[in-house]
Amino acid sequence: MVHSGTSVVGVSVRGLGKAFRGTWALRGVDLDLAPGETLVLFGPNGSGKTTLLKILATLVRPTRGSGVVSGADLVRARDQIRHRVEILSHGSALYEELSARENLSFAAAIRGDRPAEGAVAAALERVGLGEVADERVRTLSSGMKRRITLARLLLRRVDLWLLDEPYTNLDREATKVLEAALQEHQERGGMAVIATHNFLDGFKLATRLAILARGRLILDEPRGTMTLPVFQELYALRTEGGGR
Amino acid sequence: MDRLGVTLGLGAGALVVAGLWMGLVQAPPDAVQGEVQRIMYLHVPSILTAYLAFTVVLVSSIGYLVRGTRGWDRLAHASAEVGVVFTAITLFTGAIWGKPTWGVWWTWDARLTGTAVLFMVYLGYLMLRSVVEDQDRAGRYAAVVGILGFFDMIFTHMAVEWFRTLHQPSSLQRGTIDTALKLPLNVNLLAFVVLYAYFLARRLRLAALDEAVEARDLGE
Amino acid sequence: MNFLALAAEILRKDLRIEARSREGLNTLLFFSALLVFLFRFALGPTEAQVRQGAPGLLWFAFILTGLWGMARAFQIERENDCLEALRLVPGDLGGVYLGKVVGGCCVMVATELAIVVMFGLFFHLDLWPAGGRLVPVLILGTVGFVAIGTLFAAITAHLKAREVLLPLLLLPLVIPVLLPASRLTELVLAGESLGAEPHWLRLLLVFDLVFLVLGYLTFPFVMED
Repeated sequence: MVHSGTSVVGVSVRGLGKAFRGTWALRGVDLDLAPGETLVLFGPNGSGKTTLLKILATLVRPTRGSGVVSGADLVRARDQIRHRVEILSHGSALYEELSARENLSFAAAIRGDRPAEGAVAAALERVGLGEVADERVRTLSSGMKRRITLARLLLRRVDLWLLDEPYTNLDREATKVLEAALQEHQERGGMAVIATHNFLDGFKLATRLAILARGRLILDEPRGTMTLPVFQELYALRTEGGGR
Repeated sequence: MDRLGVTLGLGAGALVVAGLWMGLVQAPPDAVQGEVQRIMYLHVPSILTAYLAFTVVLVSSIGYLVRGTRGWDRLAHASAEVGVVFTAITLFTGAIWGKPTWGVWWTWDARLTGTAVLFMVYLGYLMLRSVVEDQDRAGRYAAVVGILGFFDMIFTHMAVEWFRTLHQPSSLQRGTIDTALKLPLNVNLLAFVVLYAYFLARRLRLAALDEAVEARDLGE
Repeated sequence: MNFLALAAEILRKDLRIEARSREGLNTLLFFSALLVFLFRFALGPTEAQVRQGAPGLLWFAFILTGLWGMARAFQIERENDCLEALRLVPGDLGGVYLGKVVGGCCVMVATELAIVVMFGLFFHLDLWPAGGRLVPVLILGTVGFVAIGTLFAAITAHLKAREVLLPLLLLPLVIPVLLPASRLTELVLAGESLGAEPHWLRLLLVFDLVFLVLGYLTFPFVMED
């Protein structure tokens, strides 16, 4: 395992654990992330990927361990972290009766952000929804709804992106938008943790690769010169039998 | 069995026996109500103990929300359970007393209704706890009910004071009680409070053991 | 974020959604009409009985529709995991509570007025003279109900047994609000002024205030994971 030193601007967690209903969803996770890094997290279903993302987003309190995100403590300075982190979850967090534009404005407003004039329109334009920006979300397809959540991600400038299965329901075109946006995010020094099953897309975006199995981080390495087939083989070996 | 538990258990047993003997045998029958009145020795201490129990629920609920430590939550849970039992005893003895005195088992007397409401509130508290699987979450939700429930208890009591009521004025409040009845009543009250402490201690120990088993299963 | 600004955002959003979703208010109104009809059949042929029981029946109807409204307010938040986004609001989550309470009161009072009008219409009660005094009573009673209801709707929103648990938890707790509210309604309908029995009014005000403060203080704990 490779760990860069604890950095104030980055992410650093130690011994993170979460117990749910008498089992550990996550245990003993150490993780460091430096500015510009994108960690792609692979792992079987139920391996704790979502829990880890939720802890980093301050949605879930860890049972054990501690961590710092952008210099703010994961448990004590949750509000600070919330200003610097954006999460893309399974649920869209969209109100069906509001338009895409209204949804985005509301999401920004409750975070205390006043998006610049035209920023909402520009974000929707970028994900190809400029024309339906004022349609009620209820009338849009699930692919389009997913694009709205992507636009919401683009709206704010934050240090850390937490993306949970971002490719679900995204077509090729939207995936390209996500990839380009992530590239820009990295260049700004932004960090990202992406949880996915999608080897092809996930591998492409990663600067670091990690495998989570049964709540433990069993691999965490820079992508370096590793190729996808090698990594897949490694993954198969390490997670054999449901990830023991 | 731990020492505190044994002491409390023996103390409660002795006091209950003494209290019952004083109330049911030694004390003179009531001038107006006769023998029926003796049920007061169970009825009054049990509701007062229930009030005590729900006050403990309030305090430990606040403690849990503020400090977030399991101990407060266990205390709140245990006290609510015991409080519900004592409220049930109050309602039950009240009904037994009501039949010969008012002629019916149940009447829509305001204080009676208030106690029934109290019973339902804390029954809801326990039900909520049993439904929520995650322990911390159950604790937090229950704490909210525990806090609101306490104020509800006071408010219901207040609203009752305004309502026309069949119930005789609270015996203790009015100071109308004869000293010959007062001593057995006080002994019974003490007995119930110690009994409450005993139940609470047992329940807390059980909860602590439960959580220890759970922690062991987690591989702590 | 400023807690009043947050409350205003939540309120604006909720009212907008309420105004747009036809199923919501329409169903509520239809349900209210149905209730008023049911009273007639349940209470037999004489209108006098209905009129005599009017304050209680009205509040019974308010509670049934109110329970529904409370559950709905969080149904909207649950639908696409919007609650998760609300939980990530930095700052005082009490703002979310306040916004939800005000929104809930608006919907509930609107429904109550509709019920009152229908009630007056069907049972030939002349409610106009009492109207001006009835509205404050409705609002005060509703505030107390919604102050507790919002809290419990948020608690039960995650639970499988929410349809059963919400009324089970809420109904016993709202009794202290219900008692003065229906008593004041009775007074007002009898043509008395609000100040006729000032202690009921004071009592209701105190209950409202205490439950609002408690709700505001405990809501953030309910919203946590």
